[in-house]
Amino acid sequence: MKALRAMLRLMVGQPSYDAYLAHMAQRHPHATPMSRVEFFRNREQARYGGAGGGKCC
Amino acid sequence: MKHIPWILLAIVGAIGLAVLATSRGEPVNALWIVVAAVSCFLVAYRYYALYIARNVMRLDPLRATPAHTLADGLDYVATDKRVLFGHHFAAIAGAGPLVGPVLAAQMGYLPGTLWIIFGVVLAGAVQDFMVLFISMRRDGKSLGELVRLEMGPVAGTIALAGAFLIMVIILAVLALIVVRALAESPWGMFTVAATIPLALAMGVYTRWIRPGRIGEVSLLGFLGLIAAIVFGQNVAASPFWGPLFTFTPETLCWILIGYGALASILPVWLLLAPRDYLSTFLKIGAITALAIGIVVMAPDLRMPALTPFVDGGGPAWSGSLFPFLFITIACGAVSGFHALIASGTTPKLIGSEVDAPFIGYGAMLMEAFVAIMALVGASILDPGIYFAMNSPAAVLGSDPASAAQAVTTMGYPVSAETLAQTARDVGEHTIVSRTGGAPTLAVAMAEIFSHILGGTAMKAFWYHFAILFEALFILTAVDAGTRAGRFMLQDLIGLVVPSFRAGTSWVPGVVATGLCVASWGFFLYQGVTDPLGGVNTLWPVFGISNQMLAAVALMLATTVLFRMKQQRYAWVTAVPTVWLLICTLTAGSLKLVSADPAVGFLSHAARFAAAIEAGVVLAPAKSMAKMRAIVFNDRIDAALCAVFLAVVLSLLFFTIRTCLAALRADRPIVNESPAQMVPAE
Repeated sequence: MKALRAMLRLMVGQPSYDAYLAHMAQRHPHATPMSRVEFFRNREQARYGGAGGGKCC
Repeated sequence: MKHIPWILLAIVGAIGLAVLATSRGEPVNALWIVVAAVSCFLVAYRYYALYIARNVMRLDPLRATPAHTLADGLDYVATDKRVLFGHHFAAIAGAGPLVGPVLAAQMGYLPGTLWIIFGVVLAGAVQDFMVLFISMRRDGKSLGELVRLEMGPVAGTIALAGAFLIMVIILAVLALIVVRALAESPWGMFTVAATIPLALAMGVYTRWIRPGRIGEVSLLGFLGLIAAIVFGQNVAASPFWGPLFTFTPETLCWILIGYGALASILPVWLLLAPRDYLSTFLKIGAITALAIGIVVMAPDLRMPALTPFVDGGGPAWSGSLFPFLFITIACGAVSGFHALIASGTTPKLIGSEVDAPFIGYGAMLMEAFVAIMALVGASILDPGIYFAMNSPAAVLGSDPASAAQAVTTMGYPVSAETLAQTARDVGEHTIVSRTGGAPTLAVAMAEIFSHILGGTAMKAFWYHFAILFEALFILTAVDAGTRAGRFMLQDLIGLVVPSFRAGTSWVPGVVATGLCVASWGFFLYQGVTDPLGGVNTLWPVFGISNQMLAAVALMLATTVLFRMKQQRYAWVTAVPTVWLLICTLTAGSLKLVSADPAVGFLSHAARFAAAIEAGVVLAPAKSMAKMRAIVFNDRIDAALCAVFLAVVLSLLFFTIRTCLAALRADRPIVNESPAQMVPAE
């Protein structure tokens, strides 16, 4: 069920926020991570705002 | 011992294929197609994908992927393989696998079925898998960068320019399908128009009210969609609102062009993102429902296995089985566009090299399954209805009586009453000459869904549900594609004028967006005003370009295998490359120089130009101005075909040159990122 939720979110370009927090804690422990909402907006912009937003026919 | 279940599965698949191939005349159940396809796909996945992974690519579970070496928690994230499979599948599956097989059904169900099954196993899935592998070993670089890296800067630029042209054609043909589905259909038009305020409201909700709650907002949006479909019936019936939502194809074309320009400069969170949620989830849901529906209903196929149109002369599209079937079904069998996806976000998210077969090869098999379902959908309809929907108005006339007579003359007897009744059942004024594939599939989906839920009374609801589902994700693709095309164009122009690149000022962005919309808008307008319906002209050009991009991707893969000194396995990619080159080069040159005006653009132009000289107006044109437009459009299309041929031939030259250089070298010369071990957890 958790995997299904993660799959549906990634289908629209939203990766796991928990994985992001884990990454920040492990690699950049002194930096302040983005909040959940900031993370959501960052990913939204990355998916649709840039050149990477391609989809198939 | 472990092979026994697989051998049994292979036997089941062979029986399925044998039943399909040998039945003539007697009713065949559609499940035979499904059984044959699924068994072939599973056996191919178990053996061929594994063979490629182990021997050709030599995937290494200990070698770190970009998600580990470049981990940033944002773009590069090691992701569970099932989650990533869903992401990749949602990105590759769109309107292509639904429309192509429906159009291909004019030759009967057998040729399309065989091409989808064998095409995906030997070409399509191999291409996706190889490009994913190549990109994964090179920090998740994009297709253009990969061609540049392995074959040189000139080849890279040619590939980028080719990809932009293909994007333009895809956007035009997708928009044309929407125009054909929504023209003169107030119910359909209202529901699709309603998605815009709905998406704007959802955008505001995710921005300020409950940021990030995708599930919640999608559910609310979905309820809105259902309400729009239900309410659309009243709108269509209303003497005031009905005509307000009834548009001619030309008006719709201009609306779409204006919409495309506007939508691609609005903030993404306002329109594009929320509509993408709706269209993605609706797409996955509708595909799942269709699969369940086909299995539960187990309908008989009513289209014959083969029709006389295998020799050419079909009403939906011109040309004989070879080479035109192989470009009509592009997505679903092999699609070059996937090379852009497989070198996009997916290689940056893959957690382990050994997940690549499941995601690269597996997701493409899944798309082929979608294509099989679309083919089944078109084939369970009465062939008379199928041809009445898919022939141009120039052949059918405009009313059910003339259409019924024309289709009966083709050899598929159907009564005017059947056509009128079918239109009434799905809540439309007419179904005659509703070309483009989407309405045909919608009638089939209405047939299947209403069999399970609601009966005949619900048919009109399900028809408009299906139209909405198709139109919604096509509009999302048009919007997202215009944005992507804009960046491609800025990169390309930036090669000559560096100040044109993204990020310098807003002027180049607006100019590039305008150019991009104008390019696809031109082909859309040409298709809409084409007296033969447009799909006839544009779909083959789209198919040729898409398959040529696939050939380019497979040539890149062949080059990489030579440079890895794995050339003894190069047949894995070289065989599909050669087949695609044969098909696309033949089809491209036929479109260019065939003496048959129904096939060749130049001979068609010559025929109309000669008539203009003589001062005669040829049907289906109605005026001299229309005649000149036809000649002009034909010449543009011919030039486009010539450009595609030049792109693919020049890349073939670069491939051969690079492969020969690799053969002469005494050691591997790949540009892979250095191998690192997966970090211990």
